[in-house]
Amino acid sequence: MNTNLYNYILGIADNSLILGQRMGELCGHGPNLETDIACTNISLDLFGQVRGYFQYAAKIANDGRTEDDIAMLRKERDYLNVLLAEQPNTDFAYTIGRQFLFDVYHLLFLTELEKSKDLTLSAIAKKSIKEVRYHQRFSSDWVKRLGDGTEESHSKMQQAINDLWTYTDELFHQTEADKAMVEEGIGVDVTKLKKDYYEKVSTILEQATLEIPESKYFQKGGKEGIHTEHLGFLLSELQYMQRAYPNMDW
Amino acid sequence: MTTTEQNIDKKLIEILEAVSDPEIPVLSIMDMGVVRSAVIKNNKVKVEITPTYSGCPAMDVIGDDIKTALEDAGYEAEVELILHPAWTTDWITPRGRKALEDYGIAAPLGAEADIDVLLNGKRIVKCTNCGSQNTRLVSQFGSTACKAQFQCDDCQEPFDYFKCLK
Repeated sequence: MNTNLYNYILGIADNSLILGQRMGELCGHGPNLETDIACTNISLDLFGQVRGYFQYAAKIANDGRTEDDIAMLRKERDYLNVLLAEQPNTDFAYTIGRQFLFDVYHLLFLTELEKSKDLTLSAIAKKSIKEVRYHQRFSSDWVKRLGDGTEESHSKMQQAINDLWTYTDELFHQTEADKAMVEEGIGVDVTKLKKDYYEKVSTILEQATLEIPESKYFQKGGKEGIHTEHLGFLLSELQYMQRAYPNMDW
Repeated sequence: MTTTEQNIDKKLIEILEAVSDPEIPVLSIMDMGVVRSAVIKNNKVKVEITPTYSGCPAMDVIGDDIKTALEDAGYEAEVELILHPAWTTDWITPRGRKALEDYGIAAPLGAEADIDVLLNGKRIVKCTNCGSQNTRLVSQFGSTACKAQFQCDDCQEPFDYFKCLK
């Protein structure tokens, strides 16, 4: 099996899986009905994309594991998502801030992934771009509404952006699998997305009357399986059914 | 692989037209444009369908319904989900658009008009109840992944708008 390709796909898929799970937590808990539905729809899109990636990964692994096994039966250290994706829904500003900071990256990333030599990845990317465009509209819209809203919503949105900012640099960190895939013309050179990313994010933050954080201190590790304490709790919920009823099927 | 042409055996059209979208029962999957090919080989039918949205839960049901319909007609059937080329709302047929409207879901506009409506608050989506264009966006996401929620400011009725996917 092509280990680099397999790990590369997991890296992409895990971002959507973990963020999808976080958004899914809002089901029945959104600040109002429309937003609740919007968050769970975004979650559903992300899970849909994940299925495409994991089905492909299962085919590459070719060891009898299914997409569900790959999603549910790994340990914390085996998940390769960025730290940003696993940050908790502290309050609605954090939920929106996290989604926004990821959406801008996601759209830039998928636009490049569509050009991949790997036809399956290219097809998933093409399909996903259409959906992620709606996600980015939604989250940008809310960042502006909260940032340029009341004094309280402004300060909460600013606080969320300040805290989550620490995790943005990791989006552009390259693992060994990344580098190998870029060389083969399959992967995306994320280092090249950085400039566009911070420009786009800054434009929206300015429109939202928010300050662009100056922090130069960044956290990374998720792409290598070293996570913040939040992932373990998230996984215990995600994997609950498999742990309680091993090998259950639906 | 890049073709957007459908390749459907004429003998199968009637059978497939009878299968409907479980979320929108008035809409046949053929009018939805999700069936990309259906070919018969030695009494075995191979059907390729493409999802509307990645996470659309209706796709599994549609796959099963197609299988049942074909088996009832005496064929052995195999359904495969393909991602390429990606589905677009342009593939909904004129008959499909009419079925959507009659059912109370506003049919998708073009890509630019869609942005005007969902981002810039332009009032051009026609109310499916009274036909007025004095409508406004309530939420970009609706009861299913493919729809947004609208409300008519004339007759006050809420309704769904099928988002443009291009």
